[in-house]
Amino acid sequence: MTDHDHSPTIVLNGARHELPGATSALDLIAEVTGRDLNPDGTPADGGRLGIALAVDGEVIRRGAWSHCTLADGHTVDIVTAVQGG
Amino acid sequence: MTWTIDDVEMSSRLVMGTGGASSLSILEDALVASGTELTTVAMRRFDAESRDSVFTMLQRLGIRVLPNTAGCYTARDAVLTARLAREALETNWVKLEVIADEDTLLPDPIELFAAAEELVLDGFTVFAYTNDDPALAKRLEDAGVAVVMPAGAPIGSGLGILNPHNIETIVSRAQVPVILDAGVGTASDAALAMELGCAAVLLASAVTRAHDALAMARAMALAVEAGQLAAGAGRIPKRPLALASSPFDGMVAAQ
Repeated sequence: MTDHDHSPTIVLNGARHELPGATSALDLIAEVTGRDLNPDGTPADGGRLGIALAVDGEVIRRGAWSHCTLADGHTVDIVTAVQGG
Repeated sequence: MTWTIDDVEMSSRLVMGTGGASSLSILEDALVASGTELTTVAMRRFDAESRDSVFTMLQRLGIRVLPNTAGCYTARDAVLTARLAREALETNWVKLEVIADEDTLLPDPIELFAAAEELVLDGFTVFAYTNDDPALAKRLEDAGVAVVMPAGAPIGSGLGILNPHNIETIVSRAQVPVILDAGVGTASDAALAMELGCAAVLLASAVTRAHDALAMARAMALAVEAGQLAAGAGRIPKRPLALASSPFDGMVAAQ
């Protein structure tokens, strides 16, 4: 059995999440938010995304999302603004 | 008169938080009625169910966001939350909140100070939510925070300003703006904060949890303006006895 035989599984916002295969942070955020994204992480519709991403407790800058490949066992948090304070 | 932080000029001295509202539409009405130009938000995990977000609404209303680190107990968590907020909301401004326990929600001074130092070094404009302690306020200012925000009373308590003397002391010694944060229950509390010399007042629950949020938002806007005018107007000194305001000359007397 090789690594290619099973899909990578990450912990996404506290829950197990199976990835379809090699997935970048950009792909994951587009999927989760339901918005099309440019390679630099900005929304294709020209609006603002209001989303940030941390992998294993480290913030990944928007411009680096497309180069960040998520691997088995990664803990990924996707956050946004909510009412508070 | 306007006030400025980081070259950003604001007219309203009421900073209204978005917490505690029962719906986004009530919140929107209250924010508009308050006239606020700056509002706090918290950072939490994205939930696909709530795509109609507060961030979208604030962009539409043209109100600047001040992300907070609410719920953090350690400097480490607060710094991570601040960095996530900077990335998500594209702002260097952060309301730094590091609490000691969930019953009082009072700031943990040790963790707060450590986080403030790290965030200042990292280029953040730090609005430090702190205790009503003049010594700690001064230490935070020396560490480079942009704004010192002492609590009038515990968050959401509505107890008003429990130690006006300390707030006045903090204001008198600060070279940075002081915003009274937390504890405001009603309009007179907000007016008092301004009379004590604060640059602005930050509140949320007092409006969002009021029976009529819209009316209270308007009341707070007026109170902040009234308090600021009064602070600059030069109040009369307090006296132990009366000082007549009508002349005694020319009085008529009964036969």
